[in-house]
Amino acid sequence: MLIRRAPQFRSSEITPERFYLDRRAFIAGAGALAVAASERRADAAPAAPQGAALKAARNDAFSVKDAPTKFESATTYNNFYEFGVNKEDPARLAGTLKPRPWTVKVDGLVAKPKTFDIDELLRAFPLEERVYSLRCVEAWSMVIPWIGFPLQALLKRVEPTSQAKYVAFTTLLDPEQFPAQRKGFFNLGGLDWPYTEGLRLDEAMHPLTLLTVGMYGHVLPNQNGAPVRVVIPWKYGFKSAKSIVRISLVADQPKTAWNIAAPSEYGFYSNVNPEVSHPRWSQATERRIGEFRRRSTLMFNGYGDQVASLYAGMDLKKFY
Amino acid sequence: MGRRGRIALKVFVWVVCLAPLAILAYRAWTDDLTANPISFITNWLGDWTFRILLSALALTPLRIVTGMAWQMSLRRLLGLFAFFYASLHFSVWILLDHFFNWSQMAADIVKRPYITMGMLALTCLVPLAVTSTTAMIKRLGAANWKRLHRLVYLVAVCAALHFLWLAKVGRTDQYVYAGIVALLLGLRAWDATRRALRRRRVQAPFSSAPVGRTMS
Repeated sequence: MLIRRAPQFRSSEITPERFYLDRRAFIAGAGALAVAASERRADAAPAAPQGAALKAARNDAFSVKDAPTKFESATTYNNFYEFGVNKEDPARLAGTLKPRPWTVKVDGLVAKPKTFDIDELLRAFPLEERVYSLRCVEAWSMVIPWIGFPLQALLKRVEPTSQAKYVAFTTLLDPEQFPAQRKGFFNLGGLDWPYTEGLRLDEAMHPLTLLTVGMYGHVLPNQNGAPVRVVIPWKYGFKSAKSIVRISLVADQPKTAWNIAAPSEYGFYSNVNPEVSHPRWSQATERRIGEFRRRSTLMFNGYGDQVASLYAGMDLKKFY
Repeated sequence: MGRRGRIALKVFVWVVCLAPLAILAYRAWTDDLTANPISFITNWLGDWTFRILLSALALTPLRIVTGMAWQMSLRRLLGLFAFFYASLHFSVWILLDHFFNWSQMAADIVKRPYITMGMLALTCLVPLAVTSTTAMIKRLGAANWKRLHRLVYLVAVCAALHFLWLAKVGRTDQYVYAGIVALLLGLRAWDATRRALRRRRVQAPFSSAPVGRTMS
């Protein structure tokens, strides 16, 4: 089996020896300008992953061939409303989230409900790396090497009963760790906390649905949903709930955060679909972060061969 | 204010209005335009268009409230800078965002209300910019020119709707901008009504003619 080393840095990032040896002169010469520049960027995420490394072999059968997005982009351009509505808020503020200790309660219509400690979860199932494309409902996309295991492995472990038809995900509710969960006047800026998401059971059991604990060879950075999130690559990014504390199997379609906030804009299914526009913008094209020209958005984000059968006979304009 | 003061004021406005562009250029040079530079540039230019437009629209209410008039000479300069930033904002949309994909842009203008509003606002700014010269004021006549330039109120409303309709759930600054537009237009309406009423009171003792018009 091929064991991939975590990508740590490129040879282009290694400082040439003569600059290293001349570093005092260089620092003195660069002077105030360098200081000003570095202070500006002080809150930006590092260019290379930090945190504990995670060993996982890449599963090529479940990986796209596209080049992964720069780590720095993937960790500084995030939608994670628990930290704020701006893309740069999560990277700046995510230090308050404590990914240890952490437990995930798996309950509901199951024969063997169980609360997993996060480290137990990491050991209980074999981890693999999968390079998925991620399409945000805001018409931008990235390519991320995730590390995790199929959610179905966890669900099978707890044995869903025959009444279980849906899976509901709940993100941590803790205003101490998620500053934007503190409600201001009228809660103008907020969603209904905690963040909730959901899938049909067959979607949750689909082999592409990945319970995710890492990316770029390391544990998840806080701003990307540490310590555990789900990734459903054929749906818009907001379906992929972050910092999950509870996974419940339920009989009825669960209420989901964005659907509650704006039901006409964000449906329960929210499959990537270039033909169904968001009410305020087109979904026909997307900007891949790091690219200049827009590219065409693919049906089910390019995963149609694997998932189209889940929706056979459904009117996807109605069930958007 | 003397001639020196007027020049200093104009220079100050030029510097302040060009600063956002200089900052944008500096951030581009230091590779600090976020992971999505095109979106960042578009939003940056849009924000500054709106801010400069609001400051142009604030000059008259400032006179209404304080009685000061020195700021009125800045209307043309601020208005033209608003048009300048709006044009840059629009150019970025054409050039960087859609890269001359005319059919997609046309579809967006028709189908997306927020883009319709943005286009309408920019379109209304064009005749205002074209007729901003002193020669044009003379050619049109002060009354006609004034009537034409009331279009800027429509521009402000369109700009507010443009922002309200594009902002996603959770944002709040679009309400602040819309509130300022409402305040600035509301102050004008209040002042116009007040003056009309005063005129009527002044006219009434001298004339028995029916008072149908409230504004002249």
